[in-house]
Amino acid sequence: MKKIFFMIVLAGLLILLVTSVMEMPGIGSIDNPAYNEVTRYYVENAITDSNAPNIIASIITDYRAFDTLGETTVLFTSIAAVISVLSLGHHHGHKNHNSEEKVEKQHG
Amino acid sequence: MMQLLNVILVIFLVVCAIAVERTKDLLGAVIIFGSYSLIMAVLWLLLRAPDIALTEAAIGAGVTTILFIGVISRTRRME
Amino acid sequence: MDDLIVKTITRLIVPFIQLYGIFIILHGHLSPGGGFSGGAILGASIVLYSLSFGLEKASKKLSHEASSIIESAGILWYIALGLVGIFMGGYFLTNRAAGFPMGEAGAVISSGMIALITLGIGAKVASTMITLFHTIIKED
Repeated sequence: MKKIFFMIVLAGLLILLVTSVMEMPGIGSIDNPAYNEVTRYYVENAITDSNAPNIIASIITDYRAFDTLGETTVLFTSIAAVISVLSLGHHHGHKNHNSEEKVEKQHG
Repeated sequence: MMQLLNVILVIFLVVCAIAVERTKDLLGAVIIFGSYSLIMAVLWLLLRAPDIALTEAAIGAGVTTILFIGVISRTRRME
Repeated sequence: MDDLIVKTITRLIVPFIQLYGIFIILHGHLSPGGGFSGGAILGASIVLYSLSFGLEKASKKLSHEASSIIESAGILWYIALGLVGIFMGGYFLTNRAAGFPMGEAGAVISSGMIALITLGIGAKVASTMITLFHTIIKED
């Protein structure tokens, strides 16, 4: 019963997603809603603003450089988390493990 | 021709995504996930985003797979 | 791993991988690519070296302290380049108005802040990959 209910819900979701994909404009189409005046500004003025032929580089490190600083901070945070879990926490956990064994021995 | 290649790659992508979820052996799942990332890189190339394709091929197919295998070697292999 | 084939192929192929990574980082403002992809390729080369030669030899090439210093220096270099814009009378992370040498469009040394930031991001991503891998596979 539960399985049939899930199947019906998933089939409805599938129909919704497939019909919305059918309605999407094609790749690079001029009717694309992402093609607005911001895109036109970047395409026309990026080379004169930043002298870089690669417009993507001039967007991610010149116009949106603060965003890229945040992305770099994400890497820093991830490595801080990994080091704090694997390198520093290990000795502490080992001591705890030993003390638990000692407690078990005392109880035994 | 490009349309046919695109459809074949997307079907293979979906098959890989389902296989990652169904596989009990975690090492095999990681390798299937690496092939998923490689197909994704080719799809980015067909979508005319070559720099995302470079990043996906280097990070998704290379470094992520190696990091997952390192984690599996510290834990257990079977789910 | 004591395999002669893997060691020989690694010794042959690592310089070419590193050359390709450095090429992508230095041409980040001219061709597809940039700091993230080039840094990932550079990090993957050191990961390959430490997979085939072991952690001790790889730590001799690039120690844990050195890679953590490079990692912190990358993001500090980024913030310092942003602060130059404030001291020159503009906003945080301004490029042309802050007086960076812009050069000629299409040359390797051009486009002011973009090439310098790409260098910093490349060094940071490479050292992040190396530090993550060495921390995960380190024996207790």
